[in-house]
Amino acid sequence: MNALQQLGHNALVALQRLGRASLFLWALLMGLPSLLLRLPLLIQQVFSVGVLSLVIVVVAGLFVGMVLGLQGYYTLVDFGAEESLGVMVALSLVRELGPVVAALLFAGRAGSALTAEIGLMKATEQLSGMEMMAVDPLKRVIAPRFFAGVLSMPLLAAIFSAVGVMGGYIAGVGLLGVDAGAFWSQMQARVDFYEDIMNGVIKSIAFGIVVTWIAVFEGYDAVPTSEGVSRATTRTVVYASLAVLGLDFVLTALMFGEV
Amino acid sequence: MQNTRLIETMVGAFVVAGIAALFMLAMKVSNLNAFANVDGYEVSAQFENIGGLKVLSAVSVGGVRIGRVSAIDFDQEDYEAVVTMTIDPKYDRLPTDTSASIFTSGLLGEQYIGFEPGGEELFLKDGDQITLTQSAMVLEQIIGQFIFSKASEGASE
Amino acid sequence: MTDTIDNLVVVRGLTFKFGSRVIFDGIDLDLQRGKVTAIMGPSGTGKTTLLRLIGGQIRPTAGTLYVDGHEVPRLPRGELFELRKRMGMLFQSGALLTDLSVFDNVAFPLREHSGLPEAMVRDLVLMKLEAVGLRGAQRLMPSELSGGMARRVALARAIALDPMMIMYDEPFTGQDPISMGVLVKLIRDLNAVLGLTSIIVSHDVAETSAIADYIYVLSQGKVVGQGTPEALRESDSEWVRQFMQGTPDGPVPFHYPADDYAEELLSNEARR
Repeated sequence: MNALQQLGHNALVALQRLGRASLFLWALLMGLPSLLLRLPLLIQQVFSVGVLSLVIVVVAGLFVGMVLGLQGYYTLVDFGAEESLGVMVALSLVRELGPVVAALLFAGRAGSALTAEIGLMKATEQLSGMEMMAVDPLKRVIAPRFFAGVLSMPLLAAIFSAVGVMGGYIAGVGLLGVDAGAFWSQMQARVDFYEDIMNGVIKSIAFGIVVTWIAVFEGYDAVPTSEGVSRATTRTVVYASLAVLGLDFVLTALMFGEV
Repeated sequence: MQNTRLIETMVGAFVVAGIAALFMLAMKVSNLNAFANVDGYEVSAQFENIGGLKVLSAVSVGGVRIGRVSAIDFDQEDYEAVVTMTIDPKYDRLPTDTSASIFTSGLLGEQYIGFEPGGEELFLKDGDQITLTQSAMVLEQIIGQFIFSKASEGASE
Repeated sequence: MTDTIDNLVVVRGLTFKFGSRVIFDGIDLDLQRGKVTAIMGPSGTGKTTLLRLIGGQIRPTAGTLYVDGHEVPRLPRGELFELRKRMGMLFQSGALLTDLSVFDNVAFPLREHSGLPEAMVRDLVLMKLEAVGLRGAQRLMPSELSGGMARRVALARAIALDPMMIMYDEPFTGQDPISMGVLVKLIRDLNAVLGLTSIIVSHDVAETSAIADYIYVLSQGKVVGQGTPEALRESDSEWVRQFMQGTPDGPVPFHYPADDYAEELLSNEARR
C-alpha cells in the first residue's frame, strides 16, 4: 500500500513538473518577438552555446566517421561491396549518427553548462535581482539561451555529418584504398536530399528544442543551492540524453515508417 | 567592444560553417545536384511492369546518366505504367526508335532505365513517347518460372 | 488607505504561510516616507520574505499591503514592473550579474529601462559609482570584488533609476567593521541626500539602531515591539530588551542556537 502511494506521489510530482515545464516553454516562445529586437543578446549566446561546442563536435564527428569507414569496410568487403562504403557512411551519419550523437554531445557540453549557469544565477539571487529591477529574467536571460540552442543544434549536426563523411573518406579511401570515384558517386546516387538529409535536419531541430528546453528548465527550476544546482546539471544530461534517444525512435518511425 | 567584435565574428564563422556543411551534404553527398537541373526535355514510355523504379531513378545510355525519371503514372486504359523522364537537353540526338528497358544495377541494386539507341534519322523531342520498351525483370517471377519449368521437366520425364 | 500620504508602505493584517509553516501571522506595519525603518528579528523570522512580499515577487496568504498607494498583491504584471522601477533592492549577496563588469552592472537597469543615449548612461553610471566611492573599480568583474565592495556596487545599481525607496536585505551580515562602517554611512547619507525611503531588514542591532528612525521587531510571525531605537532599548518587554541588548540570558527560546551564537559574537565585536 505504501509503495503504491509512493508511486502515485511520484507520478503527481512528475506531472506537476511537466506542467510547469510546458508553461515555461510557452513563456519562452512568447519571448521570441522581443528577442528579435535585441539580437546582440542572441549572438552572445550562440557563441557560448554553439561556437564553444564546435571543437568537441568536429573531433567526435571525424572519429565517428573514420570508425564507420573502417568497420563498414571490413563488413562490406566480405560481400565484395566495398564501393558502397560511401553510401553506408553517409546514410548512417546523415540519418542517425549526425543528429543523435551531436545532440548527445550538445547535451553534455552546452546543456550542462546552461543548467549550471542558470541555476547559479538563481542561487546567487541574480534572477530575483533582475525581477526586482523590473527586468523579466525569462526574456532577458533564458529566452536568448533557449533560442541560441535551437539555432545551433542543426548547424552542429550538419557540421558533424559533413566532418564524419570526410572521416569516412579518410579511412575508406585514404587508408583502405576504396576507389574515390565510387565512394562519392555511389553516395550521391543513393542518398536522397529530402528523404535522408532533410529528415536528418528536422531531427536535429527537434533535438535542439528538446535538449535546450530541458537544460534551461532544469536550471530555472533548480533548488537554489550548490547541491541543487549540481543535481540539476546531472539531471539535464541524463534526461536530455534519454529524451534524444527516445525521440529519435519516434521520429525515425514517423519518417521512414510510412514509406 | 573588441571582445564583442571577436564574438560576433566567431558566431558568423560558426553559422557560415554550419550552412557550408549543409550545402556540402546537399551537393556532394546527396543526389540534389542531379535533380537541380530539372530543365530538359520530357519523353515518356509505357511499361507493363516497372518493378522498383522510383521517381528520380536514373536514365542512362551505355552507362552514362543522361536524365532522371520525373513522374510515374498508371494508364487505366492500357493498364500499363507510364514513366515520364526528363532528359538533359545536351543529349538531343537520341533517335525516335530508341528502346527503353528497366535494368537493375547489380543483383539487388537500384533499378534504372537504360536506353538503347536505334537507327532513325529523326530525334526524340519534348513530349515524344518511346514505344519500344522492356519491363523490369522481377526476381520472383524469374525464380517462379525457373522452378515451374524445372517442375514440368521433371513431370514430363 | 488614507495614510499613504505620510506612509510609503502600509501593511495590514499580512499573513503568509509556507506550506503548513506560518511565517507571518497578521502583522501591521507603517513605513514613513523619507525615513529609515528597520525590520529586526532573529533569523528565520521571514524578514527577507517580507521584502519579497513588498516587491510583489510572492503573494500573501491573507491581508494586504500598499506601496505608494498601489495594492501590490493585486497589481497586474505590467503595473507591478512599473512600480518596481521605482523600488531599489539590495540583496544580501549583492546579486550582481557575474558576466558583466561593475560598470555594466550599474548601467544594466538604465540600459534596460531608460532608453538614454550611451553617453548619458555613462555619465549617470559614473555619478552613481562615485556616490558609493567605487568609480575606480568600474572595470573590475564581480568576482574580483570583496563582499563589501560588491554590496556597494549593488547599491549604486539600486539607485541607478533614482527610486523612491530602497530595501536592504541584511546589509551588514558578514562584513568587516570598516566596510560595515562604510555601509552605515552610505545608507544614512543616501537617504538624506536623495530623499529616499529606506527599509532595512537586519539582525545586527548596533548598526541598525545607529541609522534607523523607527524599528519593528518581529518574532514568530508577530510584531513584538516597535518604536524608536531608544524607546525599544527601554522597552517593557523583557524579550525585546534582550534582543536589543544582545544579552545571552533571557526569555528567548533557543530554537536556533547557532544564530544566537552569531549574534552574540557580532554584538561583542561591536562593543569593543
